[in-house]
Formats: sequence, structure tokens, C-alpha cells
Amino acid sequence: MEVTKREMQEEQDNELLQKNIILTSLDTLLKWARSNSLWPLSSGLACCAIEMMSAAAARFDLSRFGYEVFRASPRQADLLIVAGTLTWAMAGPLKRLYEQMPEPKYVIAMGSCANSGGPFADSYSVVPGVDKILPVDVYIPGCPPRPEALIHGMLELKRKIKNPQVARGKS
Amino acid sequence: MLKTETFTLNMGPQHPSTHGVLQVVLELDGETVVQAIPNMGYLHRGIEKLAESRTYAQFIPYTDRLDYVSSMGNNLGYCQTVEKMMDIKVPERAEYLRIIMTELNRIASHLIFMGSLAIDLGASTGMMFGFRSRERILDLFDMVCGARQTYTYIRFGGVSADIPSEFIPALERFLTDFPAMLDEYHRLLTGNEILYHRLKNTGVISAQRAVEIGLTGPALRASGVDYDIRKVEPYGIYDRFDFSVPLGQVGDCWDRYTIRMEEMKQSAGIVAQALSQMPEGTVMASVPKVVKPPAGEVYHSIENPRGELGYYIVSNGGTNPYRLHVRRPSFINLQVLNEACQGLLIGDVVAILATLDSLMGEVDC
Repeated sequence: MEVTKREMQEEQDNELLQKNIILTSLDTLLKWARSNSLWPLSSGLACCAIEMMSAAAARFDLSRFGYEVFRASPRQADLLIVAGTLTWAMAGPLKRLYEQMPEPKYVIAMGSCANSGGPFADSYSVVPGVDKILPVDVYIPGCPPRPEALIHGMLELKRKIKNPQVARGKS
Repeated sequence: MLKTETFTLNMGPQHPSTHGVLQVVLELDGETVVQAIPNMGYLHRGIEKLAESRTYAQFIPYTDRLDYVSSMGNNLGYCQTVEKMMDIKVPERAEYLRIIMTELNRIASHLIFMGSLAIDLGASTGMMFGFRSRERILDLFDMVCGARQTYTYIRFGGVSADIPSEFIPALERFLTDFPAMLDEYHRLLTGNEILYHRLKNTGVISAQRAVEIGLTGPALRASGVDYDIRKVEPYGIYDRFDFSVPLGQVGDCWDRYTIRMEEMKQSAGIVAQALSQMPEGTVMASVPKVVKPPAGEVYHSIENPRGELGYYIVSNGGTNPYRLHVRRPSFINLQVLNEACQGLLIGDVVAILATLDSLMGEVDC
């Protein structure tokens, strides 16, 4: 049987692994580290914040995935979960919070209001979608999304961080 | 003579203890609060204006999003107001289901209060316990209407669907387990010396001031004023149940905490009574497809976990409300914040905010 180049490589890797050595690119390592320990900013705007808290509480236990470190300061956070209705009055402070977060940073739009304004889309005071003011990475539909949906959204973000090419356009 | 100046500190709109997007502008003398002015409006969605461009039935989901931890109560208040305008008689079974759901929601809401009070005062375990037990109630709601938080279960003329067969055994299991859960919280929080000293004699509101400002709900009853709409002006079928209204003596944070704990026990009692009395039958009266209340105006209020929730609707006989106003207890209860905080330390502001239990969705509307 012909030994392929790949199999030879794997054998070599195994040998190194026995000596506790892993060869990878620094980029992959950083992506792996970032995607497995997102630190969300504990900023709840409205109803979805209660579901976000439920997701972090005992039953759904967000810490299984390493995402439970909710930070009160934007300077320690790298994930902004926009959980709830964003009004034009709050748009300024929220944008400022986003700007205060260190790079690399990600945004999840949680719930209909953050996605598109939801039931309040035609209101005079509501931002019709948080993507009007911030770059959004993952959209989670629902009013409010269940905690399972939030966890799924965070795992999708993890996939996106690990494989940035999936997010890149076709062109 | 040394001259000192006060300085201003902004608490919020992004602050973990303001329960949403409230800004409190604190004027401080050292660590002592001279003034605490709540600055709201960061979640103002214009719900009252939106109501004018929605039909009566389309507005029910918006009531869910006012006080989003006790949505059943909001549904009930709105639907009863419209029923009052149109003179709709609700079937017996639906009345009992409404009571069961709103009282369960009261427990769920007070559990959130307990959890957020604990986490605001630095005991994150308390929050885990509160949310754990709340999940049991949310499972019950999930069975009847498929939603965990925004139910729209109570409709004009009844409720949207009858309960499934697995609901009653699950509710009975919950009612059996609940006293033990409550005991656990009392051991965890009520018996905790740190919590006691943080809350006792903090943020005292006298009975007279509470009435003058218009506080309602647990915040008013903590000051010793016996006013519960379920008792003084029973709506639905509340006159059929035997329950007591817990009252505080001093009107401090501790009283506001303990009477909420006691209210949960009373609510569980009401649910048990309603469950044993509930008749068979339909859950929906015959209501016209297009709801057109006769021209006129009506005000109706119910006792929500946070206080008197009132709906004032002006109808001109059309399909949309001409004007709809919601009397939101959180909004009015928040007015006392400045007085209650004066002369205390910054840390006490958090305790007072937590025990007033104002929810921003309802404050800003």
C-alpha cells in the first residue's frame, strides 16, 4: 500500500505529539483561543437581556462553552451582545461602548428588535436594526430568542472566528 | 475653614445594577449621596403611539413587552379593559386559567427580583437559584402557549388555548416542590447577616410619602399601607380566594424584600386553590372577529407584581384605539428614588434600585 504524503505527515505529527509538541500557525492558535473564550459585555437593553441572563444561569449554563465571563466594562470585553430594542437615545452610548472595546471584537444582534426593529420597526424612536450603526457578525432571530438560540448563535460566531473564509463574500 | 464641593457621577445607562438602561445622575459629597436623579428614556419605544396604528387585538403582543418579566399580568390588564368596554363575559374555566397564569407569573417575577437583588449586592449564587426555579414556571408557560417570556396567552374573551393534559401534573409537582425551594432561599438569603445589614433601615419611605408619591405594589405595602387591588377592588374572580396581603412596618429595603418573599407563598396558595376549584368547559367566549368597542373611555387596573398596572383607553368606535395610556407602576415607583437615597452611601443606591424593582421596559414604555 502506498503511503501518502498526508499519512507521513500525520505520523510525524503523532511523534511530536508524544513529546507534547504541536505545530501550527500562530494565526490558527489565536483564532482557536479567541473562539473558545469570548468575553461578552453584560449590556442588556430590554426583554432579550432576561433570556441572556437565563442562558448564563444554571439550566443552560453558557460556561460549558467558555462564554460565561460577562464583563461590566467594555475594556475587558470582546463580544457585544445587543440584547433588546435599541432606541436612538441609546444608540450613542451603545456605539461608544463598542468603540471602547479592544480589537478584535464581535457583535451579535440578538432578537428581532436588534435585527430589524422587530415589532417596533415603525416607531419614531427605535433604530430599525442595530446594523444601521454597528457591524454585526451574527443575527439571532426570535422575540425573544430562546437561550438555546443564543447559544447556537455564539457557536456560529465561534465557527466564523475559526474560519473567516466562510464569512467572506463569493467575489 | 476647608470648603468641600459635591461632584457628579453618572451611573448608567450601561451599568449592571440599573436593570436595563437607566441613568442615575448622582450628586455626591464624598461617598454620601446628596441627590440621585433618575434620567430615563433610553428604552422609550413609543408604544402608546404605536397603539393608535394597531387594531385592538394587534396590541396584545405589545403589552408583553412592557413589563417583560410578568407578561401574563400585562395581557390580563389590557384584555380585561377591552372586555369592560365591550361587555364580554369570560367563561369560568378561562377565568381560573387566567388566575393560575398570572399568579405563577407573579412568582416568576419575584424570583427574578430575588435573583437580581442578590447579584446586585454581590451574591451571584442567589441569582442562579432564582433563575433555576423560574425555569420550572417557564416550562409550564411553554406547555400552554409555546413561549418562555412573551406569551400573548390571555386574549379578549378568554385564553388562546386550553391547557394540555401534562400541564396539571407538572403544576402539581411544582406546587409540591415550591415550599422547599422557598425555604432554601430563606436559608440562603433571609438568614444572611450581610444581606440583613445592607437592607435593614436602608432607603426608608414613610407611609405618608409613599401615598403622596403614588407608590403601589410591594413598595407601598412595605411602608405598611394595606392596598392591594386584588383585595380592595377584586377583578376577575379574585374575591373567591383566600389569601392574605403581607405588610411591612418600616418601609425600608428589608421590608420590601421580605414581603415579596411572603407574596410568593401567598401566590402559590392562590394557584393551589384555583387548581382545585377549576371547572371544565370552554376557554373562549364568542368574540367578534373585528373588535370595535363603542365610543367612550375606560380605565381598568390590576395588581401586577410591581404595583397597579392600569390601562386607559379612549375609543371613537373604530378598529384602533383613539388613545391608549398605560399607568406603569415601575415608572411611578421610580420617582421615590431621589428621596430614598439622600444621605446614604453609593452602595445603598444599588440596594434601593433593586428593591424598588423598576423594570426599564415598563418605565420608558
